[in-house]
Amino acid sequence: MKHFLPFFGIGLFLGLLFIKSEVASWFRIYEMFQFKSLHMYGIIGSAIVLGIIILKYLQYSQAKDFSGKAISIKPKDKGVKSNLIGGIIFGLGWALVGACPGPMFVLLGTALPSILVLILGALLGTFVYGLIKKK
Amino acid sequence: MDLIYNPWPWYVAGPLIAFTLFLLTKMGKKFGMSSNLKTMCSIGGAGKFADFFKYNWKKDVWNLYVVAGVIIGGVIALQFLSPTAPQIHQEVVVMLQELGINSTNTAFLPTELFSIESMLTVKGFLILLIGGFLVGFGARYAGGCTSGHAISGLSNLQLPSLIATIGFFIGGLVMVHILLPLIFNL
Repeated sequence: MKHFLPFFGIGLFLGLLFIKSEVASWFRIYEMFQFKSLHMYGIIGSAIVLGIIILKYLQYSQAKDFSGKAISIKPKDKGVKSNLIGGIIFGLGWALVGACPGPMFVLLGTALPSILVLILGALLGTFVYGLIKKK
Repeated sequence: MDLIYNPWPWYVAGPLIAFTLFLLTKMGKKFGMSSNLKTMCSIGGAGKFADFFKYNWKKDVWNLYVVAGVIIGGVIALQFLSPTAPQIHQEVVVMLQELGINSTNTAFLPTELFSIESMLTVKGFLILLIGGFLVGFGARYAGGCTSGHAISGLSNLQLPSLIATIGFFIGGLVMVHILLPLIFNL
């Protein structure tokens, strides 16, 4: 349970953010894929632009993390096929139910049992991927 | 008080997500939500069925603390901070009416998909389950989701993340423009 509070606190902040910014709303995701609003593009775009600046700054200043260790960010696994096909499958689900893995959990706050079905499906999808993945 | 009770505009929300990325990086971690699904499978005993789930999941428990916070944050925001229904572009409202969705601008989530009545129909249940399945399966296949690839990965100028994000959009566009009209008019 070490370090519970800092991570819980970040989660709490993210939870409020997902709802107050409406990124956890099915309607916003639908609207995004219809290209009718700047809202989602503004959020994702500004997060990425600032994220690039932040990570570049941390890299060039050779910043340490809070525990004093050098910050190293693991590169993402390469593989055009898996990234593209996996991405497409994810996108189909994202647009159908309007929720990606973070917002899926925040929507439990609606107290709707349908969200449990959604999360059950996501766990099943993860499990089946693990079953069929070649070692 | 306005910031507590009103929706947050994109130029507030986007920078706050970047700030979260900064905090997690400074804490020696990475911003990614979908790996929690794998951790949960591992804790639930999925390692008995596939080696994919046999790993030291204890090192990822910090991310479950984040999830716990996300859930409580959702409860607070949805139950106490008077969440307003997202106000969607008028043209989109009409498009959704053609799909039979009339709860636009009056609810946070479409009642046509998420109400208990809908969930208890075969079609409604399958939409939720299959949608969730695609998200979980696709995220692991691609090695990340919106947070891990689109936000963290692109911020770190990762080509695999660009490919995955392009995939997210291909899938999303196919669903919204081709498959959703078929599914809802079934």
